[in-house]
Amino acid sequence: MSVESAGRFHPRRRSRALAGPVFAAACLLATLTGVLALAVLTLAVVAAAASDGGLIDLLHRLAVNPQSGDPARAGFRVGIVGSAWLLALTALIGIPTGVGAGVFLEEYMPAGRLKGAIQTNIANLAGVPSVVYGILGLAVFARAFGVSGLALGPSLLAGALTLSLLILPTIVVTTQEALRTVPPSLRHAAMALGATRWQVVAGHVLPSALPGILTGTILGLSRVVGETAPLLMVGAAGSLLRPPRGPMDRYSALPVEIYNYAKEPDPAFQAVTAGGILILVALLLSMNAVAIVIRDRFRRRR
Amino acid sequence: MSATLAPPPAAASDASADEPALQTRALRVWYGASLALRDVDLDVPRHRITALIGPSGCGKSTLLRCFNRMNDLVPDARVEGDVRFDGVSIVGPKVDAVTLRRRVGMVFQKPNPFPKSIYNNIAWGARINGYRGDMDELVERSLRRAALWDEVREKLHRSGLDLSGGQQQRLCIARTLAVEPEVILMDEPCSALDPISTARVEDLMEDLKDDYTIVIVTHNMQQARRVSDVTACLMPDVEAGGGRRTGVLVEVSPTDVLFTNPVDPRTEAYITGRVG
Repeated sequence: MSVESAGRFHPRRRSRALAGPVFAAACLLATLTGVLALAVLTLAVVAAAASDGGLIDLLHRLAVNPQSGDPARAGFRVGIVGSAWLLALTALIGIPTGVGAGVFLEEYMPAGRLKGAIQTNIANLAGVPSVVYGILGLAVFARAFGVSGLALGPSLLAGALTLSLLILPTIVVTTQEALRTVPPSLRHAAMALGATRWQVVAGHVLPSALPGILTGTILGLSRVVGETAPLLMVGAAGSLLRPPRGPMDRYSALPVEIYNYAKEPDPAFQAVTAGGILILVALLLSMNAVAIVIRDRFRRRR
Repeated sequence: MSATLAPPPAAASDASADEPALQTRALRVWYGASLALRDVDLDVPRHRITALIGPSGCGKSTLLRCFNRMNDLVPDARVEGDVRFDGVSIVGPKVDAVTLRRRVGMVFQKPNPFPKSIYNNIAWGARINGYRGDMDELVERSLRRAALWDEVREKLHRSGLDLSGGQQQRLCIARTLAVEPEVILMDEPCSALDPISTARVEDLMEDLKDDYTIVIVTHNMQQARRVSDVTACLMPDVEAGGGRRTGVLVEVSPTDVLFTNPVDPRTEAYITGRVG
């Protein structure tokens, strides 16, 4: 016997019960799309790289050899070293600038029309295509508007400055968001003890916001490793046989070299390209892993 | 305002003992276009506990925050009239609010220890104010004074957030004591605490009043009756009209007088539970 009784209610229990699982299944499908895409991509790349023989041997060869027109001797050493340089220089330039701007906007600047304008500007900058930053970097840093004494040319420094501009909006915004999560009661407590604004920021607000800032910063930096277009604009070289020795040296970068190998007509280069992609992905994943570890460590300490 | 550090309050001479620690004259506070507090003339006696009571929105906390310039943190707050601390005006841009806040400490409604160790919760305020003495000794003395030492002496390097709510509030009081203020402002310090913790904080206040001037905002009339020597009753002014309510000071009396024989009918209505 059914618990349902006839009347003015028509519960339609069966179709209502069905709606939930159907919706959940649709969401699952959406989730799997991303996971599947990544899996297929990884498999395809690994397969392409392994077509050459031993995968480990290939990766080792690629990491050690400089660029070459011979697929059997080609490698990414110059690009890997160049990317490491770019990463370090960009971190050095971009992090202090971005965090500083975020702190100023959030902690010091009074609310008003000017702040709103700057804020909107930064939000818009985050959406500008990276190739546009490349053109900007070319005009400002590499050529210095034609002033030859200031022009940095196709140097590491010009590339790092360009990439710093690229990740600046991300760092500023994540810094601001992290600062906003610091509860007002913490600021009030410090203020009430006779702390100056600087003491409040340095003693409590920044330490509390640090995990958030670090996470955003590292994610921003992992973008630096993957960017290709702006570097092509500011003159990352396609073929260099020795890694850069200083910030004013010519350079290449890992994604730029991948791009160049991918253009080679000889099918033997497909394995080289795929191997380079694997190195790049491994680098990105390990940077994200570092971000997660740092964030968790700081969280636990509190 | 002079930046000279006054001697510890316990040693304050009798010469100034009769002078009120804090005074307000014709005090008005605006938040933007709305008047939050009107024409407050209040004397806060030295080394006594003064309670500020009244219904919600009557400006008690606003008044309290005039004494350590915490209203400065509200972007559109404006203070008119005069507030004096030890006879010196503390209103206006020339007053160094940072120096003032060390001398006029504050305990907040919700316990808000720093996410640091118990030790550093105490030490931080002293350190930023340039304390040069023995830090271990200061930490112990402050915790003892706040009746917390015996409970935390074994775990000074554990996080202050690991303590119970009542312990956290006493830690906040200890933190305030560590910078050697003369006045302690308390903004409903027990409203987030259970009855037992409340009783401990009240005992502590009683204990502290020999050395400190205490002003407490409370919603709890029994608490005002239990702990305070003087009670000031504020009420929202119904005749002020306009959108927001404006607080006025309706009566200041010794606590036992105010609760047994109030002069103002509005006070009587409030303490007998007919208003608010």
